[in-house]
Amino acid sequence: MARFAMVIDTVKCVGCMDCVVACKTENKVPEGFNRDWITTDAKGKFPTVQMEIRSERCNHCDNPPCVYCCPTKASHVHDLGGVVLVHHHMCIGCKACLASCPYDARFIHPDGYADKCTFCIHRVEKGLDPACVAVCPTHCMYFGDLDDVESQVSKLLLERKNHALIPEAGTRPEIYYLI
Amino acid sequence: MEFISRRKFLKIGGASLAATTAIGNAKLFDSKRATELRQVPTFCDICFWKCGAIATIQDGKLWKVEGNPKDPLSRGRLCPRGSGGIGAHYDPDRLKTPLMRKSVRGEEEWVAVSWDEALGFIADKMKKIKADYGPEAMALFSHGIGGNFLKHMLKAYGSANIAAPSFAQCRGPRDVGFKLTFGEDVSSPERTDIRNAECLVLIGSHLGENMHNTQVQEFGDAIAQDAEIIVVDPRFSVAASKAKYYLPIKPGADLALLLAWMNVLVTENLYNQDYVTKYGFGFDHFVNEILPFTPEWAYPETGIEPDLIRQTARVMARHKPATLIHPGRHVTWYGDDAQRSRAIALLNALMGNWGVKGGFYYPVSMDIPGYPYPEYPHSERPKVDNPDNKYPFAHETITNGIREATLTGNPYPIKGWLVYATNLMHALPNEKETIQAIQNLDLMVVIDVIPAEIAGWADVVLPESVYLERYDDLNVEWFREPFTALRQPVIDPPHDQKPNWWIAKTLAEKLDLGHYFPWKDIEEYLSYRINQAGLSYEQLKSEGILLGEKQPIYFSEGVPDVFPTPSGKIEFYSLQLAQAGFDAVPKYTKPPQPPPGYFRLLYGRSPVHSFSRTQSNRILMDMMDENEVWINQDVAGRYGLKSGDYIRLKNQDGVVSNRIKVKATERIRTDCVYMIHGFGHNSRMLKFAYEKGVSDAQLITQYTVDPLMGGTAMNVNFVTLELEA
Repeated sequence: MARFAMVIDTVKCVGCMDCVVACKTENKVPEGFNRDWITTDAKGKFPTVQMEIRSERCNHCDNPPCVYCCPTKASHVHDLGGVVLVHHHMCIGCKACLASCPYDARFIHPDGYADKCTFCIHRVEKGLDPACVAVCPTHCMYFGDLDDVESQVSKLLLERKNHALIPEAGTRPEIYYLI
Repeated sequence: MEFISRRKFLKIGGASLAATTAIGNAKLFDSKRATELRQVPTFCDICFWKCGAIATIQDGKLWKVEGNPKDPLSRGRLCPRGSGGIGAHYDPDRLKTPLMRKSVRGEEEWVAVSWDEALGFIADKMKKIKADYGPEAMALFSHGIGGNFLKHMLKAYGSANIAAPSFAQCRGPRDVGFKLTFGEDVSSPERTDIRNAECLVLIGSHLGENMHNTQVQEFGDAIAQDAEIIVVDPRFSVAASKAKYYLPIKPGADLALLLAWMNVLVTENLYNQDYVTKYGFGFDHFVNEILPFTPEWAYPETGIEPDLIRQTARVMARHKPATLIHPGRHVTWYGDDAQRSRAIALLNALMGNWGVKGGFYYPVSMDIPGYPYPEYPHSERPKVDNPDNKYPFAHETITNGIREATLTGNPYPIKGWLVYATNLMHALPNEKETIQAIQNLDLMVVIDVIPAEIAGWADVVLPESVYLERYDDLNVEWFREPFTALRQPVIDPPHDQKPNWWIAKTLAEKLDLGHYFPWKDIEEYLSYRINQAGLSYEQLKSEGILLGEKQPIYFSEGVPDVFPTPSGKIEFYSLQLAQAGFDAVPKYTKPPQPPPGYFRLLYGRSPVHSFSRTQSNRILMDMMDENEVWINQDVAGRYGLKSGDYIRLKNQDGVVSNRIKVKATERIRTDCVYMIHGFGHNSRMLKFAYEKGVSDAQLITQYTVDPLMGGTAMNVNFVTLELEA
């Protein structure tokens, strides 16, 4: 088995949005929508400011409320790597998953189905990195298998301090931010 | 920079659904459908960095553009603008056919005409201008590699009045300051060895927001290698958030800080003494001049505590020679810019980093011969931009000098402008002067891919195909390693657009200058040059890039340690400057300060836009579709403003801006405001970008001219905050 995860180094990230643009073109995300986005957290009083810049997206949770709440089983966990996906043809656009996601990671595609990050599973199945990881100019993003202790993502999480987003929601997110 | 949140995207999404483009309508993720994929290598043109790219066509439609892994510039990763390059091809607002003006200039009323009619009109006018005023009365403003064939055409016609805003409105002062010191300039892409620097000092240079691909990638490398980063900026930039030391300098006082740093390095004997002894000229004079400028002297000017000035100087010294004080790029700020850049050059010289790993390397290039053309006609008159050598150290043509000559008729009249791929209304300060100058013209032609503001003032507008649809000249780059790259068409232009090489050649033929374009089409030209170099044009076409042999780039690798200055050494004291009546060692003069109630207007770059050229690219506009005015949180509070409110800005000359969104933030000083350059379009043909955000250029009515090189300093405008009633 594999457990795919993303590890993102906030120390290197400059928030340039290349991940957002590359996802948009790779996945033909329609105008007005994006599957990933940049969040900038600035704290403090000028000039003593600390800032964390993060590339965010669906966390492909281990305990995914969007899958549990889906009335048609369109939202599902993919066989490979625990990736959370949506069968477009089974989705009725009811938005239950949008409401259940603590990360606000989903939107309704103009064609009527719930859409979100797929970890670029179509690329991963060919042995490529997701588009956002492959394009990042500062090389701050890593994709890999947490079930493999030798993988770069496993090693980075052992070596570096990190955090996930809203762990208290209990969804067991699989995107980790190095700090 | 804080980008729009997910929720805001959702909201915007609702409003723009109707505008969903052809790209968006494609069925997603339909893996069962057999698709035909085709990949073509080329190089990018969303900015001037020229990154190697590979475009993918799916079933005859442009799908995506990615970095070419062979390319030393992009290292296989394009920047966000390059990744969004397909938006240039799909842009619904792009120029589609040649247009001729049918009412007065600036009214934007057009008749679509054929290429033959448009180019015939231009050729007739150019012939008349040559007969009446001489060929030098035609000028060309050009930006980027696409302009090469037009430049050739104009030189063949008999005029050398060819200028780019990249000199006098951008990097000119830097290149002059470095040339005066080391005998060579910093060039583009910059010869900065960021990835090997152990200490990196950024002065106003906001890498990461300013998205020059190689530089940002190397910045990431430097961060990963724990380089000590020092950032000097009135605004807490993204780079500042990566820095160990952030110096929130008072705008305009950078030269004072530089002098104080050099004072510490000299008085504490922390500079690279071996290097300076070996290569320095006039060091004793320099030391004498620098002695008065102590950190205590600099404190009231800069607002930076003397202890912090000393501490950061010592950090720089600790890592020498691998301490790089970045020379910046857009440095036309306060009017002391060439001297400030020279101070940066001198500070680098004290580190001993020129020609040294972690400092400035010696760029190398492939030997690709040019095409053998007939000699250009001899001109009796020197270039028009710099009469009597008023700006003695300008080593490129001064755009504003051509504008001035067009306005005054001195030293001789300019009667025709060709404007290629540069939006002069946003690039030059004080647009009134530009508009007045245009009134004096007999011919005004704009060649571009989008109808930017400057196109609205043209007599004839020629639509160029975007970079994904055309060939251009070879990119024989000067870089860490030698390489040559090809731009070639990936897809057909969607309308009646033409490549610039065709436009230049066809116009030359109509001007009876066809013998200057002896090749039948551009591939004959390109393959001739490549074959003359003993290389394979077919290989270049299929791989996009040809790499040359690695060559030495540091003194330690065998680069000759010669400095082409008058003394043959690094000039700590410049006799050239002294003889021309300037300070031989830079001195600081305090720039004018904002009157009470006014804020200094500062501007900068976004990683998702290039100048004012990308605001009709729908993919990039989906990332950022308007600019904001950054106002210090406390100041905003005093005005009762919060983030998201809209205000107007009014400058010292009474110019009132369009509405702009407030960003109330702890990331900027209280005495200045900041915005991203390039927004606030008022060209009616740019339907999507029209009046989104504010154009800083409209508020830049004042400028200070650099006495050394004629550059226009633009951070000298002050604004008040005008609240909506």
